Amino acid sequence: MSSRDAILGRIRRSLGVSDSDATRPAAVRHRLAETPVNVVPARGQLPDAERIDLFVRKVGEVFATVVRLEGRDDIPAAVAAYLRDRNLPQAIRRGDDPRLADLPWEREAQLAVATGPSEGRDLVGLSHADAGVAETGTVVLTSGPDNPTTLNFLPDHHIVVVDASTVAGDYETVWADLRRRFGAGLMPRTVNLVTGPSRSADIEETLLLGAHGPRSLHILVVG
Amino acid sequence: MSGGLTSLSFPKNAHAALANPPLLKAIAHIEETLVSGRRRATEALPEFEALRDAGRDIKAHTLAHLDLYLEAFERKVMEAGGFVHWAADAADANRIILDICQKAGARRVTKGKSMITEEVGLNAYLQANGIAPVETDLGEYIIQLRGETPSHIIAPAVHVNKEQVAADFRRVHTDLDPKRNLEEPTSLLAEARGVLRESFLSADVGITGANFLVAETGSTVIVTNEGNGDLTQILPKTHIVLASIEKVVPTLEDVATIMRLLARSATGQEMSVYTTFSTGPRRPGDPDGPEAFHVVLLDNGRSAMLGSEFEDMLRCIRCGACINHCPVYRSIGGHAYGSVYPGPMGSVLTPSLQGLEKSAHLANASTLCGRCESVCPMRIPLPKMLRHWREKEFERHLTPKKARFGLAAWRFLATRPRLYGLATRFGAWGLARLAGRDGALRQVPLAGGWTRWRDLPAPEGGTFRTEWAKRGRK
Repeated sequence: MSSRDAILGRIRRSLGVSDSDATRPAAVRHRLAETPVNVVPARGQLPDAERIDLFVRKVGEVFATVVRLEGRDDIPAAVAAYLRDRNLPQAIRRGDDPRLADLPWEREAQLAVATGPSEGRDLVGLSHADAGVAETGTVVLTSGPDNPTTLNFLPDHHIVVVDASTVAGDYETVWADLRRRFGAGLMPRTVNLVTGPSRSADIEETLLLGAHGPRSLHILVVG
Repeated sequence: MSGGLTSLSFPKNAHAALANPPLLKAIAHIEETLVSGRRRATEALPEFEALRDAGRDIKAHTLAHLDLYLEAFERKVMEAGGFVHWAADAADANRIILDICQKAGARRVTKGKSMITEEVGLNAYLQANGIAPVETDLGEYIIQLRGETPSHIIAPAVHVNKEQVAADFRRVHTDLDPKRNLEEPTSLLAEARGVLRESFLSADVGITGANFLVAETGSTVIVTNEGNGDLTQILPKTHIVLASIEKVVPTLEDVATIMRLLARSATGQEMSVYTTFSTGPRRPGDPDGPEAFHVVLLDNGRSAMLGSEFEDMLRCIRCGACINHCPVYRSIGGHAYGSVYPGPMGSVLTPSLQGLEKSAHLANASTLCGRCESVCPMRIPLPKMLRHWREKEFERHLTPKKARFGLAAWRFLATRPRLYGLATRFGAWGLARLAGRDGALRQVPLAGGWTRWRDLPAPEGGTFRTEWAKRGRK
């Protein structure tokens, strides 16, 4: 007997269930198809403007920085300003995502914009989030041909663009949106929920930022 | 684990820990960081208690349908292009993982933090077979350099101080400037970051555990703060996930509910920094991500816990709250338990996984004060289960002779109420006579284990039963 059959058999014996019991598979099918929502905190259930304010506040609480922009065309200038303020070279790397590719980068003549995945030599990565979650100041990033996951982890600084209209109150809203875009039961290869910059408290329980991932996380909320 | 189980020496280990001031100083940090952090985070979320109920219900439902959710999960992983392997025990899991590494021609392996790989002793096994895995979580990296095992499930190096870390880094990182300054934790972190970057970028295989397996989507989920788990799983060509069977949950909604409990209970964060869902290998057109994705599902005694008095333990999400709040753990640290999993959750789980014969002391490493259950996000009745193990220890004659004699003597008296009343009255009278003027007993026959460390207050007045009889039920 294979290990698989042995383990599943032991589970069924311990539970005292048999294969012929049709109610159990029905209960499982139902839960997987209906994906019932459990307890959702009231905290994020707010009108648009207040929800975005909560998101901005929560992002600050987890040691990330945040700037609000009026429109997408302001992004290149905001990126250049971030680099200047921190005495960083005017160079970033981003994916080919049209939401980033179609911006007026030419307005920042000094800014060198490379594209594609990171191999560990980039100081600053720029990504576009699919959503924000106001409840905890979290950004949601999905992988794909135009959105390399390495950009979220290898550069020292990570700048993330979030469209204000995509800031949800809770994770459940984000799951519903993923199902709408990718299909029920389907996920992009990688979904990253990022809440603040990388940190560690492994030495004497002292909180330090910048463990293995980005030392700083900067969020641009557009709209 | 490299040291092997030493749970049978628990009393000796505990004595040694109590006589180790640097250790006691190191674990004292837990109060102002993890314990107060949890309190703040839970008080800031009005729904926390309702979430605990929901979390318990999700796991109870999943365990009652575990076979079916595992099959559903397996189907979804395969549909996404991944492989699922089933491991009945630790030896199975190690063999499967070594085989994947060898077929991938792996020489360098990085690891994310994973208690389950400690449980199966993966590092030692891979090393014995010519593959040297590198731990990448800062705490795990430190204890790997020291040849130790984790002393806490979420803060593996909580027993080490920064001077010890600096000494270890100087000993191992010999290609760096010997005169460099390593006084501050920030410089230690920066050094580890630099050294481990090389390992991340050159690894052939990355091995992680999983906090959740999602049946709905076939995703494995890791929850971390450092980002090392992500670098471990996106950079190498092969990603192997080792997870035990009870990690499966039905849906993304269920992950969200338990996520809200996990970080708050563990570190007092509202959300850990990185929660990452991985589904299959990289897709066509993807510029990065692993080319092969393997999930190894480990049983190792868990299926036998279903339907038993220890089934509730399978709800555990490894947050460590019971450990942080345990007065015994806080007095002796994690290594004294001599088991992979320390503290209350470890004392319940270890006998299930390793056999009571190898770990009979652990159920007694508790005052049954109940703090563990009161903070457990999944409402696991830990004290009740510790009592179950004590009963089994007695039934199987694993209890030391002296204790068995004491229990037998007590039973003899307790089943004879008149004699019991007489004996307790005599005992109270005798102890009151033995006490000094301050009403404290410094020595009591047969109770040296107690009076060696503290005085026993002498009884004042009559016994409970005589007082009860006197006052009636007024």
